[in-house]
Amino acid sequence: MFGYIIRRLITGLLVLVTVSIATFALFFYGPSDPALAYCPETRCNPARLETIRTTLGLDEPAAQQYGKYMKEIVTGGSFELGSISIDCPAPCLGVSFKFREPVREMLQERFPATLSIALGGAAIFLTVGVSLGILAARRRGTTADKGIVGASLIINAIPYYLLALLAYLFLISQWGIFPESGYFPPLEDGPIAWIKGMLLAWIILGLAYSTQYARFSRGSMIESLNEDYVRTARAKGLNERRVVMRHGLRAAIVPVVTIFGLDFAYLLAGTIFTERIFGIQGIGLTALDAIGNKDLPIISATVLISAAFIVVANIIVDVVYSVIDPRVRLT
Amino acid sequence: MTENTLSQQTLSAATPGNEPYLVVDNLTVRFPTADGVVQAVSDLSYSLEQGRTLGIVGESGSGKSVSSMAIMGLHDYKRTRMSGSIRVGGKEVVGLSNNQMQSIRGNDAAMIFQDPLTALHPFYSVGKQISEAYLAHHGVSKSKARAKAIEMLDRVGIPQARNRVDDYPHQFSGGMRQRAMIAMALVNDPKLLIADEPTTALDVTVQAQILDLLQELQREFNSAIIIITHDLGVVAEMADEVLVMYAGRCVEHGPTKELLTHPEMPYTWGLLSSVPDVSADTDARLIPIAGNPPSLLDPPSGCAFHPRCAHRDKVPGDLCRTELPELLPGNRGPEHLKRCHLADADSIYEAEVLPEIAPDLVEIVVADTIENGATAGDDQTTPEPR
Repeated sequence: MFGYIIRRLITGLLVLVTVSIATFALFFYGPSDPALAYCPETRCNPARLETIRTTLGLDEPAAQQYGKYMKEIVTGGSFELGSISIDCPAPCLGVSFKFREPVREMLQERFPATLSIALGGAAIFLTVGVSLGILAARRRGTTADKGIVGASLIINAIPYYLLALLAYLFLISQWGIFPESGYFPPLEDGPIAWIKGMLLAWIILGLAYSTQYARFSRGSMIESLNEDYVRTARAKGLNERRVVMRHGLRAAIVPVVTIFGLDFAYLLAGTIFTERIFGIQGIGLTALDAIGNKDLPIISATVLISAAFIVVANIIVDVVYSVIDPRVRLT
Repeated sequence: MTENTLSQQTLSAATPGNEPYLVVDNLTVRFPTADGVVQAVSDLSYSLEQGRTLGIVGESGSGKSVSSMAIMGLHDYKRTRMSGSIRVGGKEVVGLSNNQMQSIRGNDAAMIFQDPLTALHPFYSVGKQISEAYLAHHGVSKSKARAKAIEMLDRVGIPQARNRVDDYPHQFSGGMRQRAMIAMALVNDPKLLIADEPTTALDVTVQAQILDLLQELQREFNSAIIIITHDLGVVAEMADEVLVMYAGRCVEHGPTKELLTHPEMPYTWGLLSSVPDVSADTDARLIPIAGNPPSLLDPPSGCAFHPRCAHRDKVPGDLCRTELPELLPGNRGPEHLKRCHLADADSIYEAEVLPEIAPDLVEIVVADTIENGATAGDDQTTPEPR
């Protein structure tokens, strides 16, 4: 298993290199000129544009810049931006064009907000989604089942940004049912403030995702409850709760683990709509702003980190698989 | 708490008089579906004493599994309509709730399923699954239950049971898996064991071992066994009596040897005819039963077998089509019941069916008949037409 993980990490690294090359290529050979974004519209002239290019290091060939970027991830480096010099310790993901700060430190600062959203949301959608799925599977064909599946389809049909926006507008702005949202670090402002600021974001994210989990675990559960080994469990005289949870759910949870691993990685990579609508300064919002600012170091760093999360999540899912299902051997 | 009171009830209600351990009385099982009501089992009655083996034979969909699952209460209550009576150790189980059934399942009555690979949970070790069955009915520690699991695995012939107890089902061979299944079924010393095609998924040599094991364990535990199969060889080997089912009804019922040597119902003849003869000429054709099993949504009128029956013309009038024959003793004594309008089934069998399926046996039977002064063949000397 150890060898397997090492091999997977190496291939994962190759994926990350490919992703970073693609990001660089899109940025440099794409239609936009990053220097233009930092050239004040009223006083912009070719000479000034050229100066900005030189300051940002954009005048060097793309391949050379990429090589420098990769090298700095390992060794760190220091950046001369005009008159100031910025130190960027390894692993250095570059220095933001706009904020003139090392990107890694910026993202590190923003990450707890995104992690908070992901953890709280996942806790809600996993418990709510899977419980509703089990309930619907056990009561298949009844009103409860139809209600769960129907409600899930309806919520699923509403675009997430609309759902979140309406929730924010009515439940916070208009009626004030929920406290004003935002990220308050739990260690500094206390857990109460943290929960209050995150509450509606968690509920909306949890609700939107739980629909998919409810339907998915319902299907998976119906299948496993029809398996011969569940009949065997019943024939042994086990109580129904044990039959459903220990024998049915144990098998049904396997495919749920797969989608959860990937979903959670996507959430960690940034929840753009959630962060934007609920005013939470996380990775997603940072990436969104960076695209507007054509701030290459931030863009490539967020893309790289997202890719890394997904690669790692995939490996974790496979390892968890082998733990859940003894038939799976990682070689 | 419930378990205690239930087992007390079981004790106090245990076997009034000397009723056999299992009594099935007029059992009818119906499954309402979108296409109509599936008449899975109709008016099935039989009884079985401890230490005896009943073989239930029939095609797929003849109701043999459905009737046995009913004994265990394994049908989905919401999707099943059951009537009649099933008494296990004197306790009525039809109408019991899922919770009330729990103390009987796996304890008084246990079941072995057809395919041990799918019937064992792939994610739990064999030992864990056996000790779980033990723990469900005994308030002992986990280590005691584990010791019991090892003991049972050893008992059913798993070599080095102590080392294999933590193996997962996929690490066992097919025969070992079925042995583990048997160990799991027998861990609570059930008085009734239902084996639903226990050897169908196994190869022939393993099949013989498993059947031997079941017989050995039956002698030891004195349990009643129902063996569900479509293999007449298994029945001949194992069963004391045979019940032949067709379209959800019992069509013939009697002591094994008697029934296999003097079958009185054309469907049983068909079953016997379709057994391939190993020693026969390779050019010899198999003799299948014509037609297909009937739909249980809308079974044929009268005798359900009449559309496929080659002998229905021998019954006067339109009786086979219009009237359901009752399950009554034929010409061969009260033990041997048949559901057929044919008046002299035994002689038709000897004259028409036997020559076709086992020509070499006919001479013996004929000689035997002459020797015994033209009375019906003697059980002791007539070989089984297998």
